[in-house]
Amino acid sequence: MPTFLREVHMKRHNLLDILFRNVTRLSAFAVLMLLVAIIVSLIIGSLPSIKTFGFRFLTSAEWNPVTDEFGALVPIVGTLVTSAIALLIAIPVSFGIALFLTELSPRWLRRPLGIAIELLAGIPSIIYGMWGLFVFAPLFADYVQPWLIEKLGPLPIFGPLFQGIPMGIGVLTAGIILAIMVIPFIASVMRDVFEVVPTLLKESAYGLGATTWEVMWHVVLPYTKIGVAGGIMLGLGRALGETMAVTFVIGNAHKLSASLLMPGNSISSALANEFNEAVGELYTSALVELGLILFLITFIVLSLARYMLYMLTKREGSTT
Amino acid sequence: MLTLYARRRLINAIGLGISALAMLFGLLWLGWILWTLLANGLPQLSMAVLTQMTPPPNSAGGLLNAIAGSLMMTFLAALIGTPIGILAGTYLAEFGQRGWLAPTTRFINDVLLSAPSIVIGLFIYEMYVIKIGHFSGWAGALALSILVIPIVIRTTENMLRLVPNTLREAAAALGAPQWKVINLVTLRAARAGIITGVLLAVARISGETAPLLFTSLNNQFWSSDMNQPMANLPVVIFQFAMSPYQDWQSLAWAGALLITFSVLSLNIMARVLFRQKSTTY
Amino acid sequence: MGAEKTVTPKLVVRDLNFYYGAERALKDINLTIPEKMVTAFIGPSGCGKSTMLRTFNRMYQLYPKQKATGEVLLDGENILDKKQDLNTLRAKIGMVFQKPTPFPMSIYDNIAFGAKLYENLSRHDMDERVEWALRKAALWTEAKDKLKQSGTGLSGGQQQRLCIARAIAVKPQILLLDEPTSALDPISTAHIEKLIDELKAEFTIIIVTHNMQQAARVSDYTAYMYLGDLIEFGDTSTVFTNPKRKETEDYITGRFG
Repeated sequence: MPTFLREVHMKRHNLLDILFRNVTRLSAFAVLMLLVAIIVSLIIGSLPSIKTFGFRFLTSAEWNPVTDEFGALVPIVGTLVTSAIALLIAIPVSFGIALFLTELSPRWLRRPLGIAIELLAGIPSIIYGMWGLFVFAPLFADYVQPWLIEKLGPLPIFGPLFQGIPMGIGVLTAGIILAIMVIPFIASVMRDVFEVVPTLLKESAYGLGATTWEVMWHVVLPYTKIGVAGGIMLGLGRALGETMAVTFVIGNAHKLSASLLMPGNSISSALANEFNEAVGELYTSALVELGLILFLITFIVLSLARYMLYMLTKREGSTT
Repeated sequence: MLTLYARRRLINAIGLGISALAMLFGLLWLGWILWTLLANGLPQLSMAVLTQMTPPPNSAGGLLNAIAGSLMMTFLAALIGTPIGILAGTYLAEFGQRGWLAPTTRFINDVLLSAPSIVIGLFIYEMYVIKIGHFSGWAGALALSILVIPIVIRTTENMLRLVPNTLREAAAALGAPQWKVINLVTLRAARAGIITGVLLAVARISGETAPLLFTSLNNQFWSSDMNQPMANLPVVIFQFAMSPYQDWQSLAWAGALLITFSVLSLNIMARVLFRQKSTTY
Repeated sequence: MGAEKTVTPKLVVRDLNFYYGAERALKDINLTIPEKMVTAFIGPSGCGKSTMLRTFNRMYQLYPKQKATGEVLLDGENILDKKQDLNTLRAKIGMVFQKPTPFPMSIYDNIAFGAKLYENLSRHDMDERVEWALRKAALWTEAKDKLKQSGTGLSGGQQQRLCIARAIAVKPQILLLDEPTSALDPISTAHIEKLIDELKAEFTIIIVTHNMQQAARVSDYTAYMYLGDLIEFGDTSTVFTNPKRKETEDYITGRFG
């Protein structure tokens, strides 16, 4: 082949190489810019509220559009409490599911069961909300809540958490629905991290006569604990930001009450319910500041989650 | 008094029993929710649902404008998000060995993957809706596309990493420049996986309600103008389900059934597709 | 074998050193590879024979932290020079790998892939080129009726011959073969060895193999390497029947490695 032709091709290829690399790099860079843009736009949107209320915004439980007095305490507490309830239920259940999928299930059942759990994650959150409001809450009010009020209400310390009237909706209901929603996320991560445990390690423990439970509890769990923690944080991140499921069942009351059976509010459901109706700059701005707070909390939680999962894979990489 | 061994066996049996119960517990909710949808939604499904517009309170109608709006916005969101996602994912997998950009982007992207979608809606409201002064279909599509990007980036990178290095070497050994190696060989080998990622992303956004509340909002009438507020299934379901009107609630159930089964079939389709393809190379 | 031909040097290696990070994998290598003959590199695994091959087309450059120093002169031009364009270099020096690497496209497109990169061939010329390459690789009769089918559907031995056809379709001057038969059955191996013998009329061939009989069968010159050092290099029959160094003899007679 004539050399000049090669030269022409070579120049064009090198040019296209540089072009292609830079287009992909620009796209990667756009993701970083997106994050910066989100944070900056939320800060700008919440400036009026930040200027007016300052630090008081975080500690005040007052939420009054009429007097233009806003504090984020109720939704922040609601978000944290519902997520805590969700984790309390979801962690043991997810562990059980992951254990079942990695160690107990017959091989042919693993895939269908795995898909079923992933489908649970695929159901849109609005469906959880509708189901929670129309199906779960009435049953909960009729059968479970009266029992909770009667048996747990009079107890010291825990008692106040379970007092009130059985309404079905409320903070506890929202927590339970959230739990069902985050179970598939935590369970899939746990299953994945359990699978990184070297077979040899498990077999050595079985070889000593350990039972499945003991291998799980004393070998697999300690080996993967940082990844398991990462999975839990990931679930927490999901629970904190979840909107529609909570909006349907939490009751949307800007009131701080000790009882988990009473209606409350969360950051995301306050946004979903009030943002489009909000009139006046300060009201809107206060809601945007709520969004900013939510984004920052979830950002920290999710960063921790990712960091933990990276640590697990990094250690994996160095030991094998 | 139990012997030590008997006690260990008992603990094992209890532990494993509870684990099996947990599995059942998970399946129970899935079954219950699907059953509820079928029981409440199936009787409401009729041709009218697919052919008529959303009605005013207390009268009959359908969901046509909402379905059309959802399809349009989802399609556009995928159209905007997919190329950016594939390009950025390619950067992470193929060019990301050196420098700070790739690790940082990877980390931020993983965080954005699970960021609260309502905040994304808020972001588009601040950046776009305020500027043009009204809700619009474009705003909705933009918000959804921001949810698409991280999913596509993650799957693209993962799938490209599964492509064996020998394939890249073989193409490079023929004198192929890198852009050809990537476009004609590696991306092609990872195609099935990347399509799966796009399908999963579409499944995820087609059920999203929160980011549309402040962007496309809703529209009671037929509109194909992306510059106007646009009806969409999730927001219609939300408004109708929360309303006190019987007709609206019935339509909400029909919509819920439609949306759930399309999302779940997309999910299953994505998995089946990838499984079949992944065995061929 | 090689004695009757006149020997022209094709590739001259001078003071070649190779590093994986801080680890030195090749140590001051000097040798001359003759044109249109088969040169084999043998030695125990980890001796640097594959590394050597990967410096000839600078494949190592795909990875950070790998670097080579010294000179490798192709027809007098140093290919390790920074100014050397990698893609044109690789078009001149083809490579076939340990495992078959068919691209996820049709048999025809697999072969046309490389040829299209540097030449604007008409449809007709490209058809001819594909047929030529497939014939050279002794795959034409098996593949001519399924050119539009995926290359991944062929058997292992056919896939490897496809990869050879793909490499020679670019019309390189040198063909690097990195243990090309280690993943194949004996019959396919025999096919490929016969092919190597035929191809050396047109190409300079450098083969890395862990199979000593194979080196003895197919090569004109043999280099024995151990732990990054070139222990012995010379006429294949001499190296195998009358090695100068004790280490070579130990390895060849199976007392070591």
